[in-house]
Amino acid sequence: MANSLFEEKLYSGEFLVTTEVGPPKGADISEMVHHIDLLKDKVDAINITDHQSSVMRFPSLGGCLLVKERGGEPILQVTCRDRNRLALQADLLLAYSRGINNVLCLTGDSVDVGDHKEAKPVFDSDSVQLLKIIRTMESGTDIGGNELKGTPKFCIGASVHPEADFIEPQLIKFDKKVAAGAQFFQTQGIFDLRSLRRFMQYASQFDVKILAGIIVLASAGMARYMNNNVPGIIVPQATIDELASAEKDKRLQKGIEIAVGLIKTIKEENLCHGVHIMAVGNERIVPDILEAAQLAGVRH
Amino acid sequence: MIVAEQKSLAEIRQMITPYQRVLILGCGTCMTVCNAGGEREVSFLHNALRLAESRSGNGIHTFSEYTVKRQCDYEFLDSLVDKIGDVDAILSLGCGIGVQAIAERLPDLPVLPGVNTSFMGMAEEWGVWDERCAACGDCILAETGGICPITRCTKGILNGPCAGTKNGKCEANKDMDCAWILIYKRLERLGQLDKMRRYYPLRNFRTIPRPRRVASKASIDVGEGNG
Repeated sequence: MANSLFEEKLYSGEFLVTTEVGPPKGADISEMVHHIDLLKDKVDAINITDHQSSVMRFPSLGGCLLVKERGGEPILQVTCRDRNRLALQADLLLAYSRGINNVLCLTGDSVDVGDHKEAKPVFDSDSVQLLKIIRTMESGTDIGGNELKGTPKFCIGASVHPEADFIEPQLIKFDKKVAAGAQFFQTQGIFDLRSLRRFMQYASQFDVKILAGIIVLASAGMARYMNNNVPGIIVPQATIDELASAEKDKRLQKGIEIAVGLIKTIKEENLCHGVHIMAVGNERIVPDILEAAQLAGVRH
Repeated sequence: MIVAEQKSLAEIRQMITPYQRVLILGCGTCMTVCNAGGEREVSFLHNALRLAESRSGNGIHTFSEYTVKRQCDYEFLDSLVDKIGDVDAILSLGCGIGVQAIAERLPDLPVLPGVNTSFMGMAEEWGVWDERCAACGDCILAETGGICPITRCTKGILNGPCAGTKNGKCEANKDMDCAWILIYKRLERLGQLDKMRRYYPLRNFRTIPRPRRVASKASIDVGEGNG
């Protein structure tokens, strides 16, 4: 039996669509709830980000609880930046006990890129080790070898960076994540489908599902900012020029067009198993993207 | 060697406020090499403090100076005994170990740190020191081509680069090399990429619990290769 609805979808052969919602900076969760309600039936699962870019926010676990409450399927993003191995395992137990059974295992951005630069970075674990921690817990013990009362079961994923400017070390890491038990991968933002094609030629030898990360850029300025400040993002100059060519009030529209174009090609050419749409603060436009990419419809 | 940076004059002046007679104490080993607290820096600091004192117009402090060969060794601190008769505090330009050795040796005398001990490293070029070892107590340099990911990767991770590396640099600092790109290139050159493909489990932070102690095996295993 599948460990989650999303895991069931993962092996259904359907083209998968996931997205993500960034929690608020503050205790007012109304906008996040609105975004969850807007998206929960239109995608296969919603990621809740974990202090994305090391900016302190409402926690991913709290966001995932809300997704559950609202009737959606959550993917808990867990980074190793802020929790040691005790805290990681504890959060995973809490997640499982509340029906949050999908986990995306990430190392986490450096605290130096965020808004609490003086914080102590934890990194007791890395993403590969986190995948192993989960698989160990599923065998009935914590990583200290002590028996767990109640064994959690998860569907676990990780990230991969097909557009990295030096791909070989990234592929070694990808192999290790597969060996550690990752079932699905969300890629870093894809802008150039040639790199995705090359990566899929490599990745198709493994029994894992690949969701292409699609970042919706709202302007050329945003693209340049992300290039300089957001780890793991390389927006090519051609994409920046395309965004810049649009009139001022049509730039987000242009960003949506670019995203829709990528999604359509990926689906038509059956390049990978699905897409993960990252609207970075523009969650409200995700339904339009799905509509335009002919992926709209109730998915639960 | 140990690398440190001298504290600002303002912080040092703030620290010495309660003490009238201050001995500025240099260290002839690491602190001399990294230009943070050798004989020369002691002399410069002495002059700077005297000047600041006279400029402020209400100076009450008097200073003396001395440099020992190594502050982190009781043996070299014995020579201090006849220097501290008329001293209210020692301003140590030794590393954190030197400061604590003095505190242990001279239990009745306050000792103040004049430097911020930064790391263990080496001079990359004249006047520039880079960290090389985190003293983790569980050396894996044999696996990583002689390049330390614990020290030189900002996240200290063991299983390869994160996705933040770009142009061979680190996401935390665009001037800093990504340790894992260096490791990959070095292992490739050595024909040892299989080492990078291996899984490295969670680190053992308890190899030697803090505060750590190392007992010399040479003195324990008498007779084994020690004549």
